[in-house]
Amino acid sequence: MAQIFHRSSNSLARVSMLGAVVLVAGLLWAASEFQRSPYFTYAGEAKMQPVPFSHQHHVAGLGLDCRYCHTSVETSGFAGIPPTKTCMNCHSQIWTNAPMLEPVRESYRSGKSLVWTRVNDLPDFVYFDHSIHINKGVGCDTCHGPVNKMPLMYSYASLQMEWCLNCHRAPEKFLRPRDQVFNMDYQQPSSSKPVSVNGKTYTDQLAMGNDLKQAYHLRSVTDITNCNTCHR
Amino acid sequence: MQQGPEEKTITEERLLPGQPATLAPGHTLGSITDKISWVVLRRPITLGWVSGFAIAFGLLMLLQLAIGYLLFRGVGIWGINIPVGWGFAIINFVWWIGIGHAGTLISAILLLLKQNWRNSINRFAEAMTLFAVACAGMFPLIHTGRPWLAVYWLFPYPNTMGVWPQFRSPLIWDVFAVSTYGTISLLFWFVGLIPDLATFRDTAKNPVARFVYGLLAMGWRGSARHWKRYESAYLLLAGLATPLVLSVHTVVSFDFAVSILPGWHTTIFPPYFVAGAIYSGFAMVLVLAIPIRQFYGMKDMITERHLDNAAKVMLATGLIVAYGYAMEVFFAWYSANGFERFMMHNRMFGPYGWAYWMLIATNIVIPQVLWIRSVRLAPFKLFLVSIVVLVGMWMERFVIVAVSLHRDFLPSSWGMYVPTRWDWMTFVGTLGLFFTAMFLFIRIMPMISIFEMRTLLPESKIEEEVAAHD
Amino acid sequence: MDNEQNTKGAQEPAKPKADVCPTKRGKLELSEVRDMLTEKKGPQYWRTLDELSQTPEFEEMLHREFPRQASEWEGGGTSRRDFLKVMSASLALAALSACVKQPLEPIVPYVRQPEEITLGKPLFFATAFPMPMGAVPVLVESHEGRPTKIEGNPQHPATLGGTDVFTQASILTLYDPDRSQTITYLGDARPWGQFLNAIRGPLNAQKAAGGGGLRLLTGAVTSPTLAAQIRDFQKLYPQAKWHVWEPVAHGNARAASQARFGQPIDTQYNFEKAEVVVTLDGDFLSSGFLGFHRNARQFAARRRPELKEAMLRMYAVESTPTNTGGKADHRLPVRASEVESIARALAAQVGVGGASVNLQGEQAKFVAAAAKDLQSKRGRCVVVPGEHQSVAVHMLAHSMNQALGAVGQTVIYTDPIEAAPVDYTASLKEIVGDMNAGKVDILIMVGVNPVYDAPVDLNFQQAMDKVPLRVHQGMYQDETSRLSHWHINGTHYLEQWGDARAFDGTASIIQPLIAPLYSGRSDHELLAMMNGQSDASGYDLVRKYWQTQHTGLDFESWWRRSLHDGLIEGTTSAPKTIAAKGTAIPAAPQSSGSMEIMFRRDHTIYDGRFAQNAWLQETPKPMTQLTWDNAVLLSIATGKKLDIKTEDLVELEYQGRKVKGAVWLTPGHPDNAATVYLGYGRDNSGRVASGLGFNAYKLRRSDAPWFDRGLKLTKTGETYELACTQGHQNMEGRALVRAATLEEFIKNPGFAHEMVEAPAPGLTMYAAYQYKDHKWGMTIDMNSCIGCKTCVVACQSENNIPVVGKTEVKRGRHMHWLRIDTYHEGTAENPKSYFQPVPCMQCENAPCEVVCPVGATVHSAEGLNDMVYNRCVGTRYCSNNCPYKVRRFNFLLFTAPVWDSPQLSMLQNPDVTVRSRGVMEKCNYCVQRITHARISAEEDNNRKIPDGEVLTACQQACPADAIVFGDMNDPNSRVSKMKAMQRNFGLLEELNTRPRTTYMAVVRNPNPELEPQQKREEHASLAVADAGKGV
Repeated sequence: MAQIFHRSSNSLARVSMLGAVVLVAGLLWAASEFQRSPYFTYAGEAKMQPVPFSHQHHVAGLGLDCRYCHTSVETSGFAGIPPTKTCMNCHSQIWTNAPMLEPVRESYRSGKSLVWTRVNDLPDFVYFDHSIHINKGVGCDTCHGPVNKMPLMYSYASLQMEWCLNCHRAPEKFLRPRDQVFNMDYQQPSSSKPVSVNGKTYTDQLAMGNDLKQAYHLRSVTDITNCNTCHR
Repeated sequence: MQQGPEEKTITEERLLPGQPATLAPGHTLGSITDKISWVVLRRPITLGWVSGFAIAFGLLMLLQLAIGYLLFRGVGIWGINIPVGWGFAIINFVWWIGIGHAGTLISAILLLLKQNWRNSINRFAEAMTLFAVACAGMFPLIHTGRPWLAVYWLFPYPNTMGVWPQFRSPLIWDVFAVSTYGTISLLFWFVGLIPDLATFRDTAKNPVARFVYGLLAMGWRGSARHWKRYESAYLLLAGLATPLVLSVHTVVSFDFAVSILPGWHTTIFPPYFVAGAIYSGFAMVLVLAIPIRQFYGMKDMITERHLDNAAKVMLATGLIVAYGYAMEVFFAWYSANGFERFMMHNRMFGPYGWAYWMLIATNIVIPQVLWIRSVRLAPFKLFLVSIVVLVGMWMERFVIVAVSLHRDFLPSSWGMYVPTRWDWMTFVGTLGLFFTAMFLFIRIMPMISIFEMRTLLPESKIEEEVAAHD
Repeated sequence: MDNEQNTKGAQEPAKPKADVCPTKRGKLELSEVRDMLTEKKGPQYWRTLDELSQTPEFEEMLHREFPRQASEWEGGGTSRRDFLKVMSASLALAALSACVKQPLEPIVPYVRQPEEITLGKPLFFATAFPMPMGAVPVLVESHEGRPTKIEGNPQHPATLGGTDVFTQASILTLYDPDRSQTITYLGDARPWGQFLNAIRGPLNAQKAAGGGGLRLLTGAVTSPTLAAQIRDFQKLYPQAKWHVWEPVAHGNARAASQARFGQPIDTQYNFEKAEVVVTLDGDFLSSGFLGFHRNARQFAARRRPELKEAMLRMYAVESTPTNTGGKADHRLPVRASEVESIARALAAQVGVGGASVNLQGEQAKFVAAAAKDLQSKRGRCVVVPGEHQSVAVHMLAHSMNQALGAVGQTVIYTDPIEAAPVDYTASLKEIVGDMNAGKVDILIMVGVNPVYDAPVDLNFQQAMDKVPLRVHQGMYQDETSRLSHWHINGTHYLEQWGDARAFDGTASIIQPLIAPLYSGRSDHELLAMMNGQSDASGYDLVRKYWQTQHTGLDFESWWRRSLHDGLIEGTTSAPKTIAAKGTAIPAAPQSSGSMEIMFRRDHTIYDGRFAQNAWLQETPKPMTQLTWDNAVLLSIATGKKLDIKTEDLVELEYQGRKVKGAVWLTPGHPDNAATVYLGYGRDNSGRVASGLGFNAYKLRRSDAPWFDRGLKLTKTGETYELACTQGHQNMEGRALVRAATLEEFIKNPGFAHEMVEAPAPGLTMYAAYQYKDHKWGMTIDMNSCIGCKTCVVACQSENNIPVVGKTEVKRGRHMHWLRIDTYHEGTAENPKSYFQPVPCMQCENAPCEVVCPVGATVHSAEGLNDMVYNRCVGTRYCSNNCPYKVRRFNFLLFTAPVWDSPQLSMLQNPDVTVRSRGVMEKCNYCVQRITHARISAEEDNNRKIPDGEVLTACQQACPADAIVFGDMNDPNSRVSKMKAMQRNFGLLEELNTRPRTTYMAVVRNPNPELEPQQKREEHASLAVADAGKGV
């Protein structure tokens, strides 16, 4: 009786057994990578905006402070998005007829709001509060990245829960002196670049972070990793 | 050289005067092979099979509709509410898992106990197990109405949320228990199939069939080495499967026992859930075996002896279950706990009293007829009793789940539970899934283990010894 | 996320959110449809509608404006279209939702941001909610121009910060998508301008003729400005007449004060000094009674058993079960018509009134005991007559209070707060007469719906048809507007300027929180139009009026302060000392027939004006716990006698008129009498209101508006399903509510702890968690709770709790996080009742936490039992394992109306997640408020959060101050003090769940003469025995 299978199928069978394992593992890995990919999280991806506003130009170039536009960042959960009026403060004098700024002038004339696309967008069931982070010494660029180097705004971090927890589980790794919160060029203390907080000079982030935790009365890690810290 | 005579003596003891044999006399190695493989390879598709399959498939479509609408609208389409948060979904889950126990029990435990009468029923019993577990496994997923989330969060894996499931919850234990059980049963079943698949490969005429069976047979040649490895692997799996038979339903019973609800919070649950599982499992085996031996002329392989033994197992487990019920009542009284006592009283005389008494009747009273030998040997009567037991075991789960929930601590939040048409569709739908799979199995797989049947032949004893010794 | 919602809402408050969302461009708003339809006459109009309805935008708009939940409300099962969608949809869902990529969202800034607004921080404005019995002063929370929550105004003397169900729910009416959204002429949309042109001619004609044919019909007017405007109106049209109609307010109280004092006066009660209270069907603890809020607060204060002998004792004579009767120590159920004889007997025994009436048995004993108590507590007692009771009963009450020296102490007479304190029925009769006589050429109806709620024998509709020009102003297209030529869509009080008096006379300015959603016209603006100032804005009118009133200097700062405080200093009406003119008690009317019918205003929808408010419809009525319907209340004995069961549909025949209604057998209801509640049986007046219950107004006559004999009940054989949230009101002998008498309490203050044996706190294998910072906790005083349900609605409003509709309530799926369990104890003829508010207990050993497979409900470091909606997969295990059954599950997409209607989405509280389908939810101590308080405290260089800074919504709303929330780590906090009291006990504490929310045991103060000692002991021991069973 003729063989149904060629003898090679023996080795084929063995290989396929191994292959199956590899395949499954590979798929799982791919899935977990995909979830964290910029495609999925928008991280590093600039969005289309009605006006190609450049933070680089305004912050690094003109040296505007974050709070000039994001006025409520120190007092409210919402950092605040500038009304058209704020733009017009300057642009009624300079670049008064740059075609690029027409939507802004139009909005100011018509009283109809500009409609931006949200860049750092958390899900609706997450309640992030800017003011408390600012007050506890979390720098703008810790979450928003080098905004002063962004011609077009993009979100710097994945904004996924594991990313939030990185800091909430070990705040000392990220805290900085309050007076440095809005400093875009701030760098964590190192032997080459020490940082001094009210008299004391640090060359090591952890040492400083732990002291700042005391100084700024941070609640315990247990407290700030409670679900109701962000979800309600 | 021990085994032989020992076996003999056992066989002699086994065959008390007037007791039917495990395998009717007059069979040869060839006749067994032909008889079993004939069903799959040469027997034409009969009208009976087609119509049976059609009905089952129809019900399966009903299931698809029910689940589709569930995903579309949410669990609100069911009769559940506050306080009765769990309804048919969980009831069916527990019921099916229970049924899924017999297969592994028969193939594993009876194997270890050298009960070789199992050889003629273990194959389709295992198949039944797989399909039952498949039906059961569906419910934990759909009972949230959002299975994608269930899958997403119940399985512990490193995720973007940086948090794990809550391992204190019995529902998580369930996930592991059931999936483990499913995997082992599948392996066990498949390994057991290999030699027969090889036989099919060799006897099949249709090239496609030969190729497929060949693929599945994984190059089995039946050499002594194959047999040796096979035996050890099979034994190993049997060893693995045995504790699972006990563990799975124990864990399932924790879903209830771990809670603080009167009627759920009790230590008797693990043992009597397992017993109940085997009880319903054997009932389902008989419900399948009796028609099969009838319509496929297998009376000489699935003999009255099998019916007799299965019936006895049912009787025994049934009595354990009865003991369980008795204990529940006793606990309620002995605990002197007002809530417990009320729960028991409410079960018996509350708005769902009928369910409790129906449960007692179908699960305890009626099956007592199995004491009578003539009933155990009469296929049709036995068939009816098995059906009754299956109903009874379903009622048990209804009483435990729904009736305990509908009246608990605060009278202000008491309620009633009324299943909707969607509940019923889901239930009969799973029956459809089960029987569809069963019908297909009968047509494409050896429903009785060929080579294990052969070992029942007197002349195979020698072979066995040889196999055992080299 | 709240930020994102805020900015959406931010752009221009008056506009629905959807407008500013670019993803929905080319979207059609109702307003636009209106514009397109304006200027079109009948046939033409319909053609346009046809053309219009072809366009996809219109379809889409319809879909938005008419939420799918509507079908849920009607309980309509599933359409064929659903089935077709099923397969694809479900598969898509399964695939999609597994890994959801977040959609891009817009963010919309202001063009010019108002200075006072800090994005993300709510503002509070003081205003007042006008009601016929006196406005309720409130503080309204506003997020970027969206009012989202109503709170009481603690500075106000009339309410002391309390609110009621109507006030709490009034915000939903503002956003109701079914409000009248346009001016109509014979049903066709019209602009304001056209109305002006149409009305100018006739008005001028009237002006010339002195306005003889001009009639103005309004509801009760407590607004000084409006009153002034009406005076101007009457100057302008000297012969014009102003009529006032209120279907349920005041009842006979006014007629009585006319008879006694020769002038209308308001009677206020001051329970601060009361030690004995006898009510003659006076339900002073139910929302809608004059001075409800203050009554509740003072009553609760007087009921604290810690006052020992000085604790208030209440005798209630009542004709239908009410909260007041439930709180009473002795309750005498009699038919409304029999209250008068009781009153006469009582009066005789306290030495006033005419000949005594001799009563039998229980009644005699009751009256004797009550009389004795009253006289022993002269000046510290009060007799409260029911508004709807006969003039005689009111007169007797007046003389009794006089004789007992209560007047000036516990009873205070003041001038009415109403501008025209007339007898409403008489006033309505007069105008009907004029209309029938053809004397009326123009009828202007402002905020009234007489076609629906006028006494049926007046045939208002018939009379109205004789009027050549009928104008109706109101918030809804209702029965009356449909029979009027012109309908002017009115404004909600949160959309308009105005003013109103609270029941104690204190005036408040009503300031708008939002521009009119549908450019409605307020009553002020309508009056101004008729007074020839068609362009006057509400703001100018109100401000001008108060400029005339304000005497001192610097009006501006005075005005600002009045706005800020929400009340105007020195407007509180002074107590009046006034001598009785007539004291003759009218003879008791000879009524025939055995069966009695009693009409009552509804507990949740008042006279029907709130019928379209889904929150109120779903709020269980006190005592019966019914929702979404009114019913015919009968006593159980009467039910037996007539062989009628609960939910049987019966035909009520009275004076030749018939109505069909469903029966609800009620313990404690007097025999041979039926109570029917007004306000239901609306047809096509909104998706919520229509088709619920039956219209009792169809039986109500002007000669017997409150009760009368001669009712005929006949079974129809049909049944009608009612949706009740608590099917079982018997405690089954479990120690759920723990009660004792004052005597027992004084003997054994710790009685509550002996009723069950609770495991010792240390009884656990694990070390107790140490709460370093805060340790939140709550106590609920069941002695204070009057079961008014205000907290339930407040909670619903604060926490975006969805409405599920009648069908779902019937299935036991209502969503209230906080419910008030009502239990009866004793005989079915006259049971004792207990109210037990049940929120989540935030157990220390929470059974729900261990069983959740995904850890969606976990303990916080401040002791809260967090519920994480986005983590929940919906196994419902937690609910099964919760002994209190306080967890609520979104079985379907209950929030569909919110997603579907731009108005309702503006209502949502941005600080609370709007839950979707398949998610468990429950009370979380208003964690959003705790978080805000904590953050502001930490930013304010880590100051401590003072006790009372965090108020939960239920606590803030409670008129009786029964709920106390605070930090248990602070020994001086109110909650710690309460928990230290001996009445404090935990519900089901025997399960060792260690509830964080605990209760104050009930202590009743019965009269030993009526409830002899040894009997009580039996009862007590029985209670303990039962409790034993419960352990």
